Amino acid sequence: MITVLYFARLREALGTGSEQIALPPAVRDLEGLRAFLIARGEAWAEALGPGRPVRVAVNQDMAADDTPIVEGDEVAFFPPVTGG
Amino acid sequence: MTVRVQTEDFDISAEIAALRRDNPKVGAIASFIGVVRDINDGDAVAEMTLEHYPGMTEKSIEGIITQARGRWNIFDALVVHRVGTLKPLDQIVLVIVTGGHRGDAFAACEFVMDYLKTRAPFWKKEKTGAGARWVDARESDDIAAERWRIKG
Repeated sequence: MITVLYFARLREALGTGSEQIALPPAVRDLEGLRAFLIARGEAWAEALGPGRPVRVAVNQDMAADDTPIVEGDEVAFFPPVTGG
Repeated sequence: MTVRVQTEDFDISAEIAALRRDNPKVGAIASFIGVVRDINDGDAVAEMTLEHYPGMTEKSIEGIITQARGRWNIFDALVVHRVGTLKPLDQIVLVIVTGGHRGDAFAACEFVMDYLKTRAPFWKKEKTGAGARWVDARESDDIAAERWRIKG
């Protein structure tokens, strides 16, 4: 299982802040996980699709498309940050 | 270093006193406070709600302070950032840097703030007359942070 978190605008658009996902065998990296989530339906494609302003952290470090995803990881999707 | 994310307000005098306590080498203390404005992008803001990523937010600010310590000659730094619902006039964020001299303290304080704005996972949602909206990231904040990039 992996833990997937969604924050701010994405949490509202997707209707969840956190979920446990059984890691699909085909998913090896962040790009694969994002494609798996986008395939869930329109709201997911709208929120996470190519060109959307989405940042991703894996185990609380900023990640890129080729960052590996393995069992037990915590993956967080969120919009560009606006603190301070 | 001290990093706190909290709903409670903060008192800059108490925080400075704690950070400089018993260190007679401190010759300069630079600080910054960010507060809630009553207007943003031309609309009146009644209140805002700040959300963060517990764990990563603190870790990312600690990483920013560590970078500042590597680049400037400073003694210590503190960041307090509030989350939850805030109203105009409320304090949002406090940065304090202590050092031997003002130049490094000023620079490190501004660097920490510029990096926090573009890297630490916080998100603002503001309530205006037209309803609630998530605040978009500003290009000017990216440009401010970019200034600190070490030229290769």
